[in-house]
Amino acid sequence: MTTVTDAPPLAPTPAPKERPPRKRGRLTPYWLLLPGILWLLVFFALPMVYQASTSVQTGSLEEGYKVTWHFATYWDAVADYWPQFLRSIAYAGTATILCLLLGYPLAYLIAFRAGRWRNLILILVIAPFFTSFLIRTLAWKTILADGGPVVGALNSLHVLDVTSWLGITAGDRVLATPLAVVCGLTYNFLPFMILPLYTSLERIDGRLHEAAGDLYAKPFTTFRRVTFPLSMPGVVSGTLLTFIPASGDYVNADLLGSTDTRMVGNVIQTQFLRILDYPTAAALSFILMAGILAIVTLYIRKSGTEDLV
Amino acid sequence: MTKDTGGDVRLSGISKTYGSFTAVHPLDLTVPQGSFFALLGASGCGKTTTLRMIAGLEEPTSGTVALGEQDVTNLPPYKRPVNTVFQSYALFPHLDIFENVAFGLRRRGIKSVKKQVEEMLDLVQLGEQARKKPHQLSGGQQQRVAVARALINHPKVLLLDEPLGALDLKLRRQMQLELKRIQTEVGITFIHVTHDQEEAMTMADTVAVMNAGRVEQLGSPADLYENPNTTFVANFLGTSNLIEAEVDALSGDEIVLKAGGGKLVLPEARCSAPTATGGKVLVGVRPEKISLTHADDAGEIPAGRNRITGKIADSSFIGVSTQYVIDSPVCPEFEVYAQNIDRDSRLVPGAEVVLHWNPAHTFGLDAAQDIDAGIETVEEEAA
Repeated sequence: MTTVTDAPPLAPTPAPKERPPRKRGRLTPYWLLLPGILWLLVFFALPMVYQASTSVQTGSLEEGYKVTWHFATYWDAVADYWPQFLRSIAYAGTATILCLLLGYPLAYLIAFRAGRWRNLILILVIAPFFTSFLIRTLAWKTILADGGPVVGALNSLHVLDVTSWLGITAGDRVLATPLAVVCGLTYNFLPFMILPLYTSLERIDGRLHEAAGDLYAKPFTTFRRVTFPLSMPGVVSGTLLTFIPASGDYVNADLLGSTDTRMVGNVIQTQFLRILDYPTAAALSFILMAGILAIVTLYIRKSGTEDLV
Repeated sequence: MTKDTGGDVRLSGISKTYGSFTAVHPLDLTVPQGSFFALLGASGCGKTTTLRMIAGLEEPTSGTVALGEQDVTNLPPYKRPVNTVFQSYALFPHLDIFENVAFGLRRRGIKSVKKQVEEMLDLVQLGEQARKKPHQLSGGQQQRVAVARALINHPKVLLLDEPLGALDLKLRRQMQLELKRIQTEVGITFIHVTHDQEEAMTMADTVAVMNAGRVEQLGSPADLYENPNTTFVANFLGTSNLIEAEVDALSGDEIVLKAGGGKLVLPEARCSAPTATGGKVLVGVRPEKISLTHADDAGEIPAGRNRITGKIADSSFIGVSTQYVIDSPVCPEFEVYAQNIDRDSRLVPGAEVVLHWNPAHTFGLDAAQDIDAGIETVEEEAA
C-alpha cells in the first residue's frame, strides 16, 4: 500500500456555487418522468394489482370476497370460455388482415399518388372519429338490416349462398352473424391501420424507388423488395393497433352479433356487470392479456422489425 | 480496351418542359463511348433533367435518346442499360452493403452473385464492410457503395448526379481521383453532372457547360478555359477579366482594339464575335496570364505586349500566389494572380502599376451579351 500525503488545500474548494445546478441537472430526467410514472402507477399498476387479487378471491356478493389464492378460477374460466377466446382471436385476426388489405392500398395512394388531395383524403380517413364509436356501429346495424338494400343486393348476387355455405352468414341474414361482427371490427379499426401505414410509407425516400427502377427492378419488384420491407414498421404497428383492441372489443359483437358470436370481451362484460362474478371476470381479463402479449411477442419476433419499430 | 462507337450516347433534339417552364431546350449531344463527360452548370440549368432523361426517370417532351444503335426513348428505366449514382446515394436502408451491391444482379436473375459482389467491393475498397447497413458507413464509404452498386451491372453508361456534393472538400478531392481511377479501369462511359467547375475540369475529358436549359459550350477542359465562347463560360469557369473595346483596325490575323485610350491586340482566331471596324468586342484575359510591373519600371516591359495602366486597389497573399485587384480606367476590378517568385515590395494597395500580357492570351467575345453572366451563380454555389 502506498501512503498518500495530501497537500493541505491552498484555497477553499473552488466555487461551491457550481454544484447545485449540476445536481439539479442530473435529477431533471426523473422529475420529468414523475408525472408519467405516477399516472402509470395510479391508473395501470394499482388496478392491475387489484384485479390480480380479485382473480384469486372466493366468496359471494352477499358475504364479501376474500383472497384465498383460488387459482382454479383460471382453469374454470379457460374450460368454460375457450370457444369465446378462440373466436376473439379469429375475428380480430380476420379483421386485422382485412384492414391491412384495405388500408395498404389506400395508405400507398395517399403517400405517393394523392398529390394535392393528400390532406383531404387523410381528413376523410379520420372523419369517422368525429362521431361516437357506438353511433357508427349502430349505423352498421341499419346498413346490414334484414331486408335492407345491402342484404337484398348480396342475396340477388347469390353472395349470401356462398357465405352461408362458409358458415359466416345465416340464411337471408347478415346481421347477427360472424360476417357482420368482422365487418364492424374492420370498419371501426381501419383508421388505426391506415395512419401508421401512411406515416411509414410517406417517410420512404422517393429516390429509393427510382434507384430500384434504375437497377432493373420492375414496378412490382420495387414494391416487393423496397417499398414493402421499408413499410414494415407501419405494418407492424398498424396490425398491433388493430389486433389488440379488436380482440378485446365487445361492442361490435354485442350490437352486430348474436349469442353465437360472443367474443371474450362480451363474456368479461357480462361477468362483471350482470352476473357480478368478479373473480372469473378478472381471471378472464388476465388470460386475455397474457394471450395477446404472447401473440404480439411472437409476431414482433417473427416479423424481425425490432430495430425498425 | 476496344473503342467502337456502338456505345455512344446520342441525344437528338431532346427537350423538357414543365408547364410553361422550359427546363431543357432542344438539345443535341453525343457522348462518345468510354469517355468521361461532365455536364456543368449552376443549379436549375437543366443538367440534372438531362441526366434523368438519359436514365429514363424523366420523359422528354421532345426528341430521342439513343444508346449506340438502340433508341431507348420509350424504354422504362429498368429496361435501359444505364445505371445512376444518385445525389444522396439512395442506398436501400433495409439491405446490407452486400445486398445493396447485389441488387441489380439479382433483379436480372443472376443466381451466383457472391464472387462478382466481392470483386466489386474490393474495387471500391469496401470488402470489410459487406455486412454493414448503409447508415453505419461514412459519407465517403456510402458514396463508394453507390458507385459499386451501379458499376457491377456493367452498364453502357454510368450516370453520376452530383455524386460528391454531400462530401467535405478534402474527401471530395480524394473521391474525384478515385472515380477517375475507376473510370479508367473499367472503361465505361461516365456522364457526370456537377455545379463545381473545378470538379468537372479535374475529372472529365469533355465538359458541356449548361446555362438556362442550353449547352453554352462544349469542349475539353483546357479548351473551354482558354477559349470561352460566351461571357457565361468565361466567368463560370475560373475568373475572367472582360473589357469592352472598340475595333480600331484589322491587320492580317490580328485585330487591333481601342480601350480607354490604350490599344490592345487580339488574335483573330481567338475571337468568337463578328468583327468590323468600329464595332464593339469584349476582350478577355485570365488573371494568371497577366504580369504586374510597377509604373516606375514601365520602360522595362518588352514591346508587343498588351498593356493597361491602373492602381492596386487590394491585394491578398495566399501562399503560392498573390491576388491583386486593380482599379483601371477600362475595368474597375481587374484581377491579377501573380506567382510568388520574386515579390516586388512596392506592389501594395495604392501603387500605380502597368498590367501587361502576351496578346496571344487574349480572347474576344460578342459584346452583345451580359458581361456579368455566370458570375453571381458561382458565388451563390460557393456560399
